[in-house]
Amino acid sequence: MASAEVTEHEARPEEIRAVPVRRPGRWIAAAIVLVIAVAVGRSVVTDPHFEWSVVGHYLFDTRILEGLVLTIELTAIAMAIGIVLGVVLAVMRLSPNPLLSGASWVYIWFFRSTPVLVQLFFWYYISALYPKLGLGIPFGPAFVHPNVNTLITAFRAAILGLGLNEGAYMAEIVRAGIISVDEGQTDAAQSLGMTRTQAMRHIVLPQAMRVIIPPTGNETISMLKTTSLASAISVAELVFAAEGIYSANFKTIPLLIVVSIWYAACTSVLYVGQYYLERYYARGRSREQAEALPGRVIRGLFSFPQRGEHFRPAGGERR
Amino acid sequence: MVKAEAVHKRFGRNEVLKGITLEVAAGEVMCLLGPSGSGKSTFLRCINHLEKINAGRLSVDGELVGYRQLGDKLHELREADVARRRAQIGMVFQHFNLFPHMTAIENVTCAPLKVKGAPREKARARGAELLAKVGLPDKLEHYPAQLSGGQQQRVAIARALAMEPKLMLFDEPTSALDPELVDEVLQAMKELARDGMTMVVVTHEMGFAREVADAVAFIDDGVVVESGTPAAVLGEPREERTRAFLSKVL
Repeated sequence: MASAEVTEHEARPEEIRAVPVRRPGRWIAAAIVLVIAVAVGRSVVTDPHFEWSVVGHYLFDTRILEGLVLTIELTAIAMAIGIVLGVVLAVMRLSPNPLLSGASWVYIWFFRSTPVLVQLFFWYYISALYPKLGLGIPFGPAFVHPNVNTLITAFRAAILGLGLNEGAYMAEIVRAGIISVDEGQTDAAQSLGMTRTQAMRHIVLPQAMRVIIPPTGNETISMLKTTSLASAISVAELVFAAEGIYSANFKTIPLLIVVSIWYAACTSVLYVGQYYLERYYARGRSREQAEALPGRVIRGLFSFPQRGEHFRPAGGERR
Repeated sequence: MVKAEAVHKRFGRNEVLKGITLEVAAGEVMCLLGPSGSGKSTFLRCINHLEKINAGRLSVDGELVGYRQLGDKLHELREADVARRRAQIGMVFQHFNLFPHMTAIENVTCAPLKVKGAPREKARARGAELLAKVGLPDKLEHYPAQLSGGQQQRVAIARALAMEPKLMLFDEPTSALDPELVDEVLQAMKELARDGMTMVVVTHEMGFAREVADAVAFIDDGVVVESGTPAAVLGEPREERTRAFLSKVL
């Protein structure tokens, strides 16, 4: 409230309305971008080679949709294996037992230093290396003898190859997350009577998630597209399905566009999922709760920064 | 309650504790004073086995810390046993070390739920009671980041008390606080002392030591230089090192 002497008019000086600095460089850059965008857009729409009617025809083709389902399955299972394996490997790597941390190091080194495609072929042809598998006492008698050739189908080989490879990358991500948590947290947890395992599970890992989630989202998006390599070992995922169609009708470009549309659609869904996961694990970190995604997107789309004003994080004060 | 005989601790080649001998009786408040780097915090961490001692004997409530004696041989305790004994010793840290992903009440009820397996309703009721006791009855659902330093440290005290400890360790509990927030934490500690809790407090708060402590030990360079009642050690120090230290902090 204004006091008796100072009225509101006197207390608040006039807003500054200065002549803004001219920035011709920005206008030139914007013009170049616009010209390129129009050229690309025009060719996409008018060039008959894109064959948009064919794209529309095959977008919901049963073979494509079945391939899509398999792609999603591969991504989900391989990531699940990768994450679980990553946590185990990261905890092993940080273990005081030199054998455990050494084994984890060798695993990570091995899978990171060979191409995934080669690993996929290895798993696909594993029966040439180990035709019979024995399950029983190590170095002793085995009780079950599954036939490796029938056990490792193309799909299972893909799951193994992608999952085990992902485990090595996830291990590094999880390890970075764990060591980002202050040691005082473990001290506090242990002083309350928790064992190392309990402290890791209830205190350290939930906090490490804040660091782990963004690169894991990145890995998932990357995995979604890496599953296309499984087409090389004849897993009927999205790319394989498209190949099957265009090798018969030679509509290569339209079918590759169909495939791209589906990958882009799935990636977009993952973006949204990652946003909500990050928000959940950021709880307690910021004083105010972050704004929900729809509000943020709408705000971001319809509020352009003023001339000379820099982008402010969404959710900040705006007039 | 706490009995230390010639406790030694080294980190690599660096010997931090060079034979600490002292005793804290049940219901007593003992303040450990001394310059930084003198080993008083390390000694505190040895009491609940966050650090392993290299030589000497250290026992809490008649039980050796971290070991079991069979004949004349010491056997290391399994982790579960160490954890069980730690659960009976509360600890409050200089930097609070609250769990930032949990609200105040979740911080306080976490250990009773996960370690003791207490029923949820009972743990929550007791947690709310403890938070009220440290003067935070309206902050149950606040995250640590939403609390001031003094409030966070009081939550940390409530969290330690939730395990019903028989001994409380305080590691410079007010050193990271703004001056105007120190008093609210000391107040909570005084109340605890009045309730008869056995406390070992590493502190630079001479006023607190004089007013609340039953005994004071001055530690320098890994040994107890002088110990006794606050009046004796702070009022008429016998040792030159104690006098030099006190002249700087008083």
